[in-house]
Amino acid sequence: MDTNTAAIKAETLTKTFNGNIALDSLTLEIKKGELFGLVGPDGAGKTTTMRLLTAIMEPTSGDAWVAGHSVLKEGERIKERIGYMSQKFGLYEDLTVMENIIFYADLYEVPQKERPERIERLLGFSNLTPFKGRLAGKLSGGMKQKLGLACALIHTPEILFLDEPTNGVDPVSRRDFWRILYGLLKDGITIFVSTAYLDEAERCTRVGLMHRGKILIDDSPARIKGSLGFPMVELWTGDARTAEDIARGCPGVRSVSIYGNRLHVALERSKALDGVIGRLQKEGIIVRDHRSILPSLEDVFIAMVEEP
Amino acid sequence: MKLIRVRAIAKKELIQVLRDPLSLAMAFLMPVILLLIFGYAITMDVNNLRTVVYDLDKSSLSRELVAQFRESGYFTIVTILDRPSDVDAALDANRGQVALWIPADFSENLRRGKVAPLQVVVDGSDSNTATIALGYLEGVTERFGQRVTGGIARAPIDARVRVWYNPELKSRNYIIPGLIAVIMAVIAALLTSLTIAREWERGTMEQLIATPVKTTELIAGKLLPYFFIGFIDVAVSVAMTVFIFDVPLRGSLLLLAFLTSLFLFGGLSLGILISVVAKSQLVASQIAMVVSFLPAFLLSGFMYAISNMPLPLQNMTRIIPARYFVAILKGIFLKGSTLRQLATETILLTIFGLLTFVLSVRKFKKRIV
Repeated sequence: MDTNTAAIKAETLTKTFNGNIALDSLTLEIKKGELFGLVGPDGAGKTTTMRLLTAIMEPTSGDAWVAGHSVLKEGERIKERIGYMSQKFGLYEDLTVMENIIFYADLYEVPQKERPERIERLLGFSNLTPFKGRLAGKLSGGMKQKLGLACALIHTPEILFLDEPTNGVDPVSRRDFWRILYGLLKDGITIFVSTAYLDEAERCTRVGLMHRGKILIDDSPARIKGSLGFPMVELWTGDARTAEDIARGCPGVRSVSIYGNRLHVALERSKALDGVIGRLQKEGIIVRDHRSILPSLEDVFIAMVEEP
Repeated sequence: MKLIRVRAIAKKELIQVLRDPLSLAMAFLMPVILLLIFGYAITMDVNNLRTVVYDLDKSSLSRELVAQFRESGYFTIVTILDRPSDVDAALDANRGQVALWIPADFSENLRRGKVAPLQVVVDGSDSNTATIALGYLEGVTERFGQRVTGGIARAPIDARVRVWYNPELKSRNYIIPGLIAVIMAVIAALLTSLTIAREWERGTMEQLIATPVKTTELIAGKLLPYFFIGFIDVAVSVAMTVFIFDVPLRGSLLLLAFLTSLFLFGGLSLGILISVVAKSQLVASQIAMVVSFLPAFLLSGFMYAISNMPLPLQNMTRIIPARYFVAILKGIFLKGSTLRQLATETILLTIFGLLTFVLSVRKFKKRIV
C-alpha cells in the first residue's frame, strides 16, 4: 500500500448507529492535490464520512489513512496535519475574529515568528481584515465561514476537510469561497469538501456521489456525466408537472427531472423519444421543442438514485 | 502537556466569562450575596429578643439586673410575670423567647458574696436566635456581676442557662467559616459544570477535538481561570467574615490560602467531571447543584455535628470534600490550627482533587459518539 501519493485512503470504512448503517464500507483513495467533492442529499452520510476521516469519530469497522496515519490508531497525528471545518459554525461567537484566529494558532503551536505574516495573509484573502476586532457572532454567514476557513488554515495543513462550508451562504460569498479554495489548491493543499449543491460539485476535480451511506460513483465531473450511458433529452412542455408524471410512465424512460417548464428525460434508447412525445401530445400536453443535451451531475445523480 | 495550549484555553475561557454578564455575576456576585444572605439569616437577625421576667426577689438589685438586660438593646422586656406557670405559658404561646427567673434569694446571695443562681429559659426551637441569645445573656450577666462586685474578676452570678426544645446549639463564629466552605463547594462545581457541556451544545467542541489539543491540556486550561475566580471569591469571603461578621481569624492566612487552593482544585475538577458526563448545560448544572449543595450543607458538619449522625451517614461524610474544608476553615479561624493539626484534611483533599481530575481526564473522549 502506497500511502505516499494518497492523501486519503479508506478501506471498508463503516459506521453504524444503533444498527443503522450510516456509512457502508467506504473504499476510496484521494491523491494529493485533488479537490474532492462529496455530494449527496441530507442524511446520505457525508458528515459521518468527514468525522471518521478527521478522527473525531470512531469507525465501527474498517480503517482509513489520512496523511499516512491510521484513523484508528494515530488519530492525534492526523489532527496535526489536517484542517477541519465542521458543518455547524464551530468557533467562539463571543470571541473576536482575531481572538479566534490566535486561539487556534496557539492550539496548533504556530511559531510566533510566522504568525503576523500568516494571519495577515489569511485575513487578506478572506477579506476579514476590516473586521479583525468584531465578535465572531456578529459576522454574516459568509464571513463566519471564511473565518472558519482562516482558522482551519492557520497551521498550513496538508489536507483540508470542509463539511458543507457554503450551506446557507449567499451566492456571492459562495463564489468568493470557491475562489479561495482554488487558490489553496494551487498551493498544493488537498481538499475534501462535502456539499448538497450539485453546481458546486461541478467545480471539483473529482466527485463522489453519495446516497444512503454508499458512494455510488466517484470520478471527474466530466466523466461522471459521460458515464450515464443513456441519451438525455430536454423537453419544453406546457404544464410541466403533469408532463413529468406522464413521461415517467412511458416505456424506455429511466428518469425524469423537472427544471421550471423543462423536463430532463433519461432514455434507454434514443428511439424511445418519439414514444414519449406521442404520449404527451395524446394527453393534451403541448411539446414546444426538444433537443438532446449533455446530462448535468444532477441528472446523473437522479438517474442513479432512481435506478431500480 | 504543552503550556501554550493550556494558556490558550485558559485565556479563551477567561475572556468568555468576562464577556458574559451572567457568568460574571455567578462568579463574583453570587458568593458575596449568598454569604450575606446566609450569614445574616443565620446569625444577625437577633435583637429585641422578647423577654419575660419572673422576679421572686423584687429587690433593687433584681430590678437593676432587668434594667441592664433592657439597656443592652438585645432584650425587650415584654411582661413581668406573677406566677411560675406563666413562664411556661409565655414561651409556649411565643410571647417570650427568653424567660428570666430570678430566685427570691438573688440579692441576698449577692450581698453576702455568694454565688447567686439565676434561671434563664431560652426558646431553642429557633436555634440560631437562641444561640445568639445565649451569647448576649452571658455578656449581660457577666457585666452586671462585675458592676455589682466592683470589677472583681470572677462574676458571682451563676446564670444557669437551660435551652428548651433544642439542647444542641452553635454559635455564629462557628457557622460563618463553615458557610464559606458550603458556598464555595457549590460555586466551584457550578462554575466548571457548564464549561464542557457548553462547548458540546454550541458545537464548538467538534472544532476543538479536531485539533491536536490533549485532554489534559483542555481540562487544565479550563480549570485555571475558575481557579483564580474561586480564589478571589474565598479571599473576599474571608475578608467579609472578618470585617463584616467580626469572626476572629486566629490562624495563618498563608495556610488558609494553600488549603483553599487544594479544595478549589477538587471542587472545580468535580464540576468538570460532571460537565464531561452530562453533555448538556441544564443537566450539568442540576447535577452540580445536587451533588455539591446538599452534601456540603447537610453532611459537612456545617449545620449538624457529624458525631451526632447515625454511623452510615457519618461514613458518607468522609467522601465529601466540603467536610474537610469546613473543618479546615473552622480550625484556622477559631483555633488557629496549624498544617500539622490539619494534616488529615490536607491529605484527603489532595486525594479527592487528584482523583476527580484524573477521572475527568479519563472520562473525556476526544470523539463524537
